[in-house]
Amino acid sequence: MTNPLHDPRRANRSTPSLQAHGHHGSWLGYVIGYGVAILLTVAAFAIAPSKHMAPFSIEAALVVLAIAQMIVHLIFFLHINTAPEQKTNVMAFGATMLIIAIVVIGSLWIMSHLAANMAPMDHLMNMQR
Amino acid sequence: MEEDISVDAAIAGSYPEESEALPTRQHVTGFGFYVYLLSDGILFAALFAAFAVLRGATDGGPDGHALFSARNAFIETACLLTSSFTCGIAMLACDRRNRFMTLVGFLITAVLGVMFLTLEIREFSDLVARGAGPDRSAFLSSFFTLVSTHGIHVTCGLLWLAVLLVQFLGRGFTPAMMRRFLCFSLFWHVLDVVWIGIFTFVYLIGGYL
Amino acid sequence: MFGKLTLQAIPFDQPIIMGTCLAIIIGILAILGLITYKRRWAWLWTEWLTTVDHKRIGIMYILLAAVMLLRGFSDAIMMRSQQALASANAQGFLPPEHYDQIFSAHGTIMIFFMAMPFVVGLMNFVMPLQIGARDVAFPVLNSISFWLTAAGALLINISLGVGEFARTGWLAYPPLSELPFSPGVGVDYYLWSLQISGVGTLLSGVNLVTTILKLRAPGMTLSRMPVFTWTALAANMLIIAAFPILTATFAMLLADRYLGMHFFTNDGGGNPMMYINLIWTWGHPEVYILILPAFGIFSEVIATFSRKPLFGYRSMVVATMVITLLAFTTWLHHFFTMGSGADVNGFFGITTMVIAIPTGVKIFNWLFTMYGGRVRFTSPVLWTIGFMVTFTIGGMTGVLLAVPPADFVLHNSLFLIAHFHNVIIGGVVFGCFAGLTYWFPKAFGFRLHEGLGKAAFWFWLVGFYLAFMPLYVLGFMGMTRRMNHYDDPAWLPYLLVAECGAVCILIGILLQIAQLVWSIRKRDQLRTNARDPWDGRTLEWSTTSPPPAYNFALLPKADTVDAFWEAKQEVAEPAEQAYESIEMPKNSWLGFAISFFAVLGGFGMIWHIFWMGVLSLLAIVALLGWYSWDEDDEYELTPYDIDRLERVTIHAG
Repeated sequence: MTNPLHDPRRANRSTPSLQAHGHHGSWLGYVIGYGVAILLTVAAFAIAPSKHMAPFSIEAALVVLAIAQMIVHLIFFLHINTAPEQKTNVMAFGATMLIIAIVVIGSLWIMSHLAANMAPMDHLMNMQR
Repeated sequence: MEEDISVDAAIAGSYPEESEALPTRQHVTGFGFYVYLLSDGILFAALFAAFAVLRGATDGGPDGHALFSARNAFIETACLLTSSFTCGIAMLACDRRNRFMTLVGFLITAVLGVMFLTLEIREFSDLVARGAGPDRSAFLSSFFTLVSTHGIHVTCGLLWLAVLLVQFLGRGFTPAMMRRFLCFSLFWHVLDVVWIGIFTFVYLIGGYL
Repeated sequence: MFGKLTLQAIPFDQPIIMGTCLAIIIGILAILGLITYKRRWAWLWTEWLTTVDHKRIGIMYILLAAVMLLRGFSDAIMMRSQQALASANAQGFLPPEHYDQIFSAHGTIMIFFMAMPFVVGLMNFVMPLQIGARDVAFPVLNSISFWLTAAGALLINISLGVGEFARTGWLAYPPLSELPFSPGVGVDYYLWSLQISGVGTLLSGVNLVTTILKLRAPGMTLSRMPVFTWTALAANMLIIAAFPILTATFAMLLADRYLGMHFFTNDGGGNPMMYINLIWTWGHPEVYILILPAFGIFSEVIATFSRKPLFGYRSMVVATMVITLLAFTTWLHHFFTMGSGADVNGFFGITTMVIAIPTGVKIFNWLFTMYGGRVRFTSPVLWTIGFMVTFTIGGMTGVLLAVPPADFVLHNSLFLIAHFHNVIIGGVVFGCFAGLTYWFPKAFGFRLHEGLGKAAFWFWLVGFYLAFMPLYVLGFMGMTRRMNHYDDPAWLPYLLVAECGAVCILIGILLQIAQLVWSIRKRDQLRTNARDPWDGRTLEWSTTSPPPAYNFALLPKADTVDAFWEAKQEVAEPAEQAYESIEMPKNSWLGFAISFFAVLGGFGMIWHIFWMGVLSLLAIVALLGWYSWDEDDEYELTPYDIDRLERVTIHAG
């Protein structure tokens, strides 16, 4: 072992390298990420007020643009990639996204069915009077 | 015992060599903080879910179309995105032990963060002045809570950065400093990722559709 | 200046409450007096209050859980007695407003401050030893987590004597928990204490997941981790995924109550059903956070005492991970009757039934582990067998409740109460007791008295069946939960049987206290072979009992799941290995100080003493900043130090 200490996990003195998440990127990576993110942001703000597209298409396009930009941030700013030493990071991220999807989509599904089946709250309040 | 590495790798995303190479403290801290940030993402997911469900519950009050300014949101987005970029540049400077560039990069990050916060506070006080405060309707409650939770995170980030910079001026690139800068940069980038969700779902979809 | 707090907040006119408070105050003063008399303050501060050693923090968690078990159980036996007395014309001894606080406090305390600390404490103590680590990933954070949990527990118990507790049930459903219907401080006590302890639990989850994924001993791949460590990983992953939802939901209710917002109110477009939806998105994973580590304990116990490797290790791991994922897909079964319609109810009914399958796999694995083994019927094994029978019954009533039409009949009836006590007592509590008896010698260097332990088990088991089987019947007879008084005299006989069951459990608890006291007094007789008293299989038994602060003088190697068992089978002399320096974390006052201000701040917010809340928050921020100034948070143990320490332990052992 190159480290003089028996347990390098606790060693404060090991040479710090910013490799907690693999390679820490480069100038070029940040510039590319920044540029692409700007493009995606501008595109989102440009199509949102559009009167020529159906509301559903706009919504879908905005969601796609948002997801694309999040991925750009992950790759170029947070340096999450598919390198083998990052497998745990990627799996943890995927699991979190799955939970987020379950919570948000599940809540919307449950609450919309509830709204369709039950009388609205203010209506119930009026009945009590 | 029979080993089937691929199954285990699929279960939890590791591989046998991993535990042979003991990770450094830097690596452990970075990973732990990353896990914390993932949990923060789920906190925001609950707030997003509340906003999505309560979006239409305006109780006869104003809705997103009437209230949100895409122009303001765009400037806020520009501030935050650029600050994320400068934060990354500062981290590169850290890597190369370039004191001056590190300081400049983080200072620009902080200034942009303050600009973002100023815009947000102005927007909030404007809404409250127009009678559209968080107590007006469920829609506005969920809007204010979601956006201000992000704003509180930004505020905490700025305080943290201020403390870090004072420490940095005193002691330079110590291992603890490097760990803290790494965690801060992760935090700051993730705040920007959350903001992408906010400007898309709150200000654009909520404001136009 | 003091917000809503006046002298009237103390219920001087309630003899039961005042008597209890007096007893508690005298008890605390006696303990403080004893510490002063024995001059143990410095010892207490350096060895316990500021410790960052995961073993001691684990022990403190379990101590907290034990105290809270007594508190929660006194609530339980008061409720049983009230229902045994308040039939037909009799009114019982508890007025409704007090009874409502008791059942709310019982549920809240038992889940958040008994079961959670017990499970977290066991994970904290055992898991790093099992994976051959020297400590958790973030020792100071671990101390903060514990002290925040303790702060929450303290706050909730202050509500006993100052003000009142919530009368809303253990999950504080709105609109009842909203300001117009609960104007007192009870719900605020509930919300702030759970927010504070919830942050602690979340941080502990982050800490333990990082520990398991990053600090395993050389050679211990994921597929060689002991099953308890696997279940700890699963439970902590669930904590990380579920507790933020709880924090967000409580934050919304707090915003409603303090800032006049309208998330869950009746007016302003609010939607109370959204709270129920969100709280159960946390609540269902929570039950798996509690039960999965218990499953892990049973797996360790049954393999050790059957002297066999666990049957179906791989299927056990897969079942655990499948449960972890499915835990997030079943939450609606807690509110089938809310009215989401057939599609939604059907979907969640099916997912609920599906999650029973991996659990069934586990039961069979334990049975097959025992089959053909030479089983030693020690008290941990008795708890395990008691669990297997009881939990299976509870699981089957759960599958019955998973059928939406059946749930419409049984929702909020005593059938439901019987069901979840059946799985929580029969699963989590039995598991914790099995784990406590099993790992006690590792923690203290002597065993617990077997006879008293077995007697306690039988009283618990019989008491459980007497207390809860009648509740199944009462559920079918139409008795709903949380009743302060009832008119149907036909229910009385069943409730009397249930009362007898509660008394049996009380005897069981008293026997456990006696067991602890007896074992401590006669500890020298119980020290035999404390290092490995049960002929264990995993790495925690390879070090001394109690383990040194650094756990292992030489880091162990793990080549199989049962690493220590395999090592014992080899006769080879251990190769002489030189000790190497160990970096140890220094003690830290940070956790204790933060939680001190968390209690002050929480108390201030509860009573609307806002300056106190704000100042406490600022104090916590300042403490964090101050603490971060000192980068020198470790000290070094040289090989010479380790050699000296090892010699001392060998002489003592």
